[in-house]
Amino acid sequence: MNETTQPPGPAPSDPPPPDPGTPSGPGASGDPARPPSSDPDSEGTPVGRRTVLAVLGLGAAGVAAAPWLQRGLEAFLGSVADKDPTKLTGLLPNGGGFRYYSVAASVPRRTPADYRLTVDGLVERPTEFTLGALRRLPQTRLVRDVQCVTGWRVPDTPFEGVRLADLLDAVGVRPEARAVRFTCFDGVYSESLTLDQARRSDVLVCLRMRDEPLSHAHGGPVRLYVAPMYFYKSAKWLSGISLTRDVRPGYWEERGYDIDAWVGRSNGRDDAPTV
Amino acid sequence: MTSTPGSAGRTAATTPPPSEPPHRVRRFSPAERLVHRATAALMLLCVATAACLYVPGLAELVGRRGLVVTLHEWSGLLLPVPFLLGLASRAFRRDLRRLNRFGPHDRTWLRSALRRRHGPGRRPAGKFNAGQKLYAAWIAGAVLVMLGTGLLMWFTHLAPLVWRNGATFVHDWLALTIGVVLAGHIAKALADPEARRGMRTGSVERPWARREHPLWDPDRD
Repeated sequence: MNETTQPPGPAPSDPPPPDPGTPSGPGASGDPARPPSSDPDSEGTPVGRRTVLAVLGLGAAGVAAAPWLQRGLEAFLGSVADKDPTKLTGLLPNGGGFRYYSVAASVPRRTPADYRLTVDGLVERPTEFTLGALRRLPQTRLVRDVQCVTGWRVPDTPFEGVRLADLLDAVGVRPEARAVRFTCFDGVYSESLTLDQARRSDVLVCLRMRDEPLSHAHGGPVRLYVAPMYFYKSAKWLSGISLTRDVRPGYWEERGYDIDAWVGRSNGRDDAPTV
Repeated sequence: MTSTPGSAGRTAATTPPPSEPPHRVRRFSPAERLVHRATAALMLLCVATAACLYVPGLAELVGRRGLVVTLHEWSGLLLPVPFLLGLASRAFRRDLRRLNRFGPHDRTWLRSALRRRHGPGRRPAGKFNAGQKLYAAWIAGAVLVMLGTGLLMWFTHLAPLVWRNGATFVHDWLALTIGVVLAGHIAKALADPEARRGMRTGSVERPWARREHPLWDPDRD
């Protein structure tokens, strides 16, 4: 095959501008079979460049107009999603609903039979709770919006479980404890709260969500629920609660997220508060 | 070369006349094929990781969110690099120039394509047809928009929240569009083995070139 680096040589009638190496030789030599213009794509309107620039402009305009576009689309998709039996609209951007995030390679499943929640650290009586034991404690039901730090929000979601404050009272917090650390049976995730935050009445050890037992995908059988904060604080697959002297940054907090993750007042975001 | 499809066999096998041009013609240089292969690999990685971040079923299956995020960010960031390196190749620059220019024949091609018309003279095309030209320009612009909005989402301190939300909005919807258009690109390739051979081996059969790209003169390329 001929190599492309051959000298430009006697290209009969290439128009001069695009190829500076073409000598302006005798343009009379013609190919009997073909019309003299050799390459129809060597000239013409630069539609390609204009298309690239137009896409860039539309992209920038989209970023600027996003607040309006998004509101319209959300209203539209919300009304479609109500009548959509395939749930495909849930896959569209801003289609609503929860998104599944896990930082672990795989998450083991825990059943009511083998689930345990250990509470230890700076406590009077380190205790292991079975799911049954947690269910026998007084239950609290809260209905709040869920706000993710990546932007999605799910309105009016019921959460139900044991107040963390009640659990802490049950095991007795030692006076030197200042913070609570949470660990998960996915083996990777962790979270932290100050003791004052943990004692709020809207922080739950959550057993039920949307009035159903908490499913595995949502962090079941037991997850943390911190109503006033971004949802990364509500650790899924909760397996350990440990009282500590100081707050230890959790998984995402070691990767730049705020430790005090109040909705609308942290992480550089101004979402409407959830409580 | 093992066999020539359609030939009648060895009867009266005489030496072909010396004026007969070679059966296969050069379509893409090694540099161009390398650029295409590297871009394709990065794009597939970028799309696959995007799906694992976005589609709940896949996210549940794969997990490892930290790793998947890193792969997605870097494959996206590196996506324009093969193109930029390719600019060192004269053949690549020459084909870019061809992709850029639209002549009257491209308008004819587009009109026929929109009305689904085939037949002699209906689809005039140089080395690239008008559809390929539009695809190349659109995907180039789309990748740059994805890169810009992606950087805004990656480095959160770069811009105020309104911009970041806007960037997320554009990134999500454009990703969906790119997925559809990319599927079309791959479907077109799957439907035409000779076009695929051109990108894989660098050469195509002369009758194919004459049929699909009648205004392209491979001997002068």
